[in-house]
Amino acid sequence: MTAQIRFSDLTLGYDRHPAVHHLDGTVERGALMAVVGPNGAGKSTLFKGVVGAIKPLAGRIERNGVAPQDIAYLPQVAEIDRSFPINVYDMVSMGLWRRAGLFGGIGAKQRDAVEAAISAVGLTGFEERAIGTLSGGQMQRMLFARLLLQDARVLVLDEPFNAIDTKTSADLLALVQRWHSEERTVLAAMHDLELVRSNFPETLLLARESVAWGKTSEVLTPQNLLKARQMCEAFDELAASCAVAEAV
Amino acid sequence: MLSHLLLEPFREESVRHSLAAVLALALSAGPIGVFLMLRRMSLVGDAMAHAILPGVAIGFLVAGLNVFAMTFGGLVAGLLIALLAGAVSRTTELQEDASLAVFLLVSLALGVVIVTANGMDIEQLMGFLFGETAAKMNSDKLLVIAGNATVSVLALALIYRPLVLDCVDPGFLRSVSRAGGIAHLTFLGLLVLNLISGFHALGTLLGVGIIIIPAAIARFWTRDITIMIGLAVASGVLSGFAGLLLSYHLGIPSGPAVTLVAGLLYIGSVLFGRVGGVVWRAFPGKHLEA
Repeated sequence: MTAQIRFSDLTLGYDRHPAVHHLDGTVERGALMAVVGPNGAGKSTLFKGVVGAIKPLAGRIERNGVAPQDIAYLPQVAEIDRSFPINVYDMVSMGLWRRAGLFGGIGAKQRDAVEAAISAVGLTGFEERAIGTLSGGQMQRMLFARLLLQDARVLVLDEPFNAIDTKTSADLLALVQRWHSEERTVLAAMHDLELVRSNFPETLLLARESVAWGKTSEVLTPQNLLKARQMCEAFDELAASCAVAEAV
Repeated sequence: MLSHLLLEPFREESVRHSLAAVLALALSAGPIGVFLMLRRMSLVGDAMAHAILPGVAIGFLVAGLNVFAMTFGGLVAGLLIALLAGAVSRTTELQEDASLAVFLLVSLALGVVIVTANGMDIEQLMGFLFGETAAKMNSDKLLVIAGNATVSVLALALIYRPLVLDCVDPGFLRSVSRAGGIAHLTFLGLLVLNLISGFHALGTLLGVGIIIIPAAIARFWTRDITIMIGLAVASGVLSGFAGLLLSYHLGIPSGPAVTLVAGLLYIGSVLFGRVGGVVWRAFPGKHLEA
């Protein structure tokens, strides 16, 4: 096994307040890893750091042979402006960004790929629909089609199965398992612990700091979960500068 | 008789210039307005329209009623304000709408003081604020407006993809590209260009109308951005053409004339628009089978 992503004393946050604090650890190539923790634990922040959308306040993220732009990223649905007048086909096509870039055209072969991705998530017939008319589950299916098109070695999924029905999450989990069998590295922020136990071999339990990281069955113990809940407090506006020595 | 009303005015060269200017303006302002609306920045556009006024006034101060000097002044002021506003909203927690409202009023006052204190008479001031009548467009203005439109349409084509993605899914855009910030700044620059064109064609107070109103009209007819941009351009062209005829025949300034026609189209769209119009909401028809 080789390291795909390595966190070295990583601190990420906003306005100097840490949301992820002194995180150390390694994600192996081909790992299928859940990131679990209460709201505000830093899951989304960690993912934004992994895809390069925010810069570390301290420490480092090493991505072994993968540029931040080559990591496929599924943002939380809440961050998407669903009132924007764009249809399913165009939204899915954005998965071709790495090949088409700012100006590149989309040829017949790519159009076939877009159609195939839309069909793989069961949205055939929805191509012309405005995204604002989709249900929560259909929306998530569409975003997975975009991920399929990105064809990335590393996938980072922020709460992919929140507020969607069991049929949809089963279909989408099958896609995640397929990515895993193709030896892609998958990180997913999760709240449903049953889904995690039955599908994810590895788990990081995060509460701003790492509570536990390793085999899912050893991480998701009642003691660890209680500890995670207690560690997650609000930002302290008057917090002093962090005294933990900076690793060089 | 009808053809007389519709075509006779265009025997005059200056009216033909006015028409060409308004058509070019509608073509470039339509898509800018659509993005302003989708980014929920329509009022920002309005405030920026006033913010360029002191710059234009300083241009007037230096070179009199010279189109190029006033364009340059407005351009500098507009770009300065765009950068400043962006920086302020990112670095402070000032209530944006409140600061915009203050800004708008102070800029307008400053602009009017500068031009009137330096020899602009009331008639010229009226033209400055509300646009000249259709018969007074000169070829310098037309040149500036056409040039701005060309730059605006071409540049918008270049930043179109990141601009769309920055609106609909900014998190995803940041994960695949760094173009989002550049696209936003370029967009603000293009907004300034179109505001200056709007000022030359329709006056400072109402020039922003042909940017904002056509987009608001288009929103009531489609859920597709490509069609929306097309409709915005079409309603801009229609408002411009009809407004200029009105301006010519009634001898009123072009700004209010064009804005009123656009306003009528807007009211019609609010009432009868297929997407969210009042009538369709009140009488949606029988519900469908599936």
